[in-house]
Amino acid sequence: MNIVVCVKQVPDTAVERTLRSEDGTVDRLLPDGLINEQDECAIEEGLRIVEKHGGEVTIVSMGPDKATESIRKALSMGAAKGVHLVDDALAGSDALATSLTLAEVLRRTEFDLVICGSESTDARTGMLPAMLAERLGLPQLTLATQVDIDGDAITIRRVSGDGYEVVTAALPAVVSMVEKSNEPRYPSFKGIMAAKKKPIQALSLADIAVDAASVGLSGSWTAVADFAARPPRAAGVIVKDEGDGGISAAAFLTERKFI
Amino acid sequence: MAEVLVLAEHADGEVKRVTCELLTAAARLGEPAVVWAGPGAEAGRERLAEYGAARVYVADSADLADYVVAPKAELLAALVADKAPAAVLVAGTAEGKEVAGRLAVKTESGVLTDAVDLVAGPDGHPLATQANFGGAITVHSLVRQGTPIVAVRPNAIQPVAAPGAAEITAVPAVLSEAARGARVTERVTAARGGRPDLTEAQIVVSGGRGTGSEEGFKIIEKLADALGAAVGASRAVTDAGWYPHQFQVGQTGKTVSPQLYVAVGISGAIQHRAGMQTSKTIMAVNKDPEAPIFEIADFGVVGDLFTVVPQLLDEIAARKN
Repeated sequence: MNIVVCVKQVPDTAVERTLRSEDGTVDRLLPDGLINEQDECAIEEGLRIVEKHGGEVTIVSMGPDKATESIRKALSMGAAKGVHLVDDALAGSDALATSLTLAEVLRRTEFDLVICGSESTDARTGMLPAMLAERLGLPQLTLATQVDIDGDAITIRRVSGDGYEVVTAALPAVVSMVEKSNEPRYPSFKGIMAAKKKPIQALSLADIAVDAASVGLSGSWTAVADFAARPPRAAGVIVKDEGDGGISAAAFLTERKFI
Repeated sequence: MAEVLVLAEHADGEVKRVTCELLTAAARLGEPAVVWAGPGAEAGRERLAEYGAARVYVADSADLADYVVAPKAELLAALVADKAPAAVLVAGTAEGKEVAGRLAVKTESGVLTDAVDLVAGPDGHPLATQANFGGAITVHSLVRQGTPIVAVRPNAIQPVAAPGAAEITAVPAVLSEAARGARVTERVTAARGGRPDLTEAQIVVSGGRGTGSEEGFKIIEKLADALGAAVGASRAVTDAGWYPHQFQVGQTGKTVSPQLYVAVGISGAIQHRAGMQTSKTIMAVNKDPEAPIFEIADFGVVGDLFTVVPQLLDEIAARKN
């Protein structure tokens, strides 16, 4: 069972984030980049599956040089090798352009299963796994909280609006894991040392025969017209509870016609 | 006037509110036409007419419900090829965005997600407002290739009644083998105790670490029921197992934008604010006067939630009588 896990390095959600004033894109060179949270669940799920069924996990990531930090961390968790798609022309790619290039990498990789995080915490479009399934013509088993493999059959629990669906398909397939779907492991010291020797293959757009004009900021089919920081909310009224806090809250809700 | 296709969200023939919101947005761009996948269109027709649907394209095939996402994208792609619409709008739910993504690949069109507003731009094409990084940044975006596809966040646009003919036209649902790859074998619905859906609710009452325990969190449900609200929870609560994970509001979890958001015992860390700071009105109860939630609250009470909320509940009951 060979598994590809797609990983994205994203800005830390615990600090204020903004867009680059020049072109309205996410700044991917900030010092505090880390593995997208949902992608950590994808890595963990991949590792659990190969521990049970054999095979190995390959990490595929698109991003600037700095993204090797996240690939290396995934290798220290237990993945066998990495593929790093890195090309200046990719900067500013939207979800369609990103899925186009990742699909080309996957077409050149042997796998039985692709696992992604359900969305990234920066762009949050949540479309990439579905786009990969569409481009590769593979079954889409997305928004999974649970994955079971039996022979060449794969079954997941898919989060729905009001509960979950049980969805089944034949391998190969594209899976996406939602946040908290499992508890991603921390790299062990041994894992960190071993990761230093694991191979990371760097690929450029030329290597996967993708035209630079069809990706990046200029090749993307969507564009940012303008952006601005949301104006701060006007300061509200804060009262200290002196025994009538609930009454004043009720008065506020009545004034605003919520009661 | 070109049509604007709206993919209906419905259950048992009942049209979801977000579909009415999409119809209101669609009318700004062209003539709203609903795409109805599955059964129940006749039952939903009246509501669609009330909110301005000129036509309802109905593909009543079991395949559309039995297979994940791909069939809906195929149905929409066929209609895009046939009707050449000005745009396609879908609900910005997790599944809606997946349909939008596949449709964009199929039709070689640009796609925008998480639109909180949608208008016709200077050239008549859709101009979307997006709230990025949990509403910290407001972005105006456009599509520059193909048929613009926009996933609009539920509860962001006020639906406006505008009569339409809602003329029903049956369309075939011919599916490829590839669209039948992932089959739904079972559906399990979680009980939410008759409360509104979290992302569609007009009022959300959320509880945080301050509730202290699963038992303590029950006061949040009581307040929600008194206000006819949905229940939300901070990550601290869902991580501790005091309330189910699917009710988490925040950077990971649900993004909500109700008319009123009541934060009880929630400090308001940046990741929580990312899921609720576009709410129209925010009220907070917290015993820590330094809690960041007070920086964005329209009204705040500094006090113990276990004395403030019971008093509020009594007061709501009294005012209702």
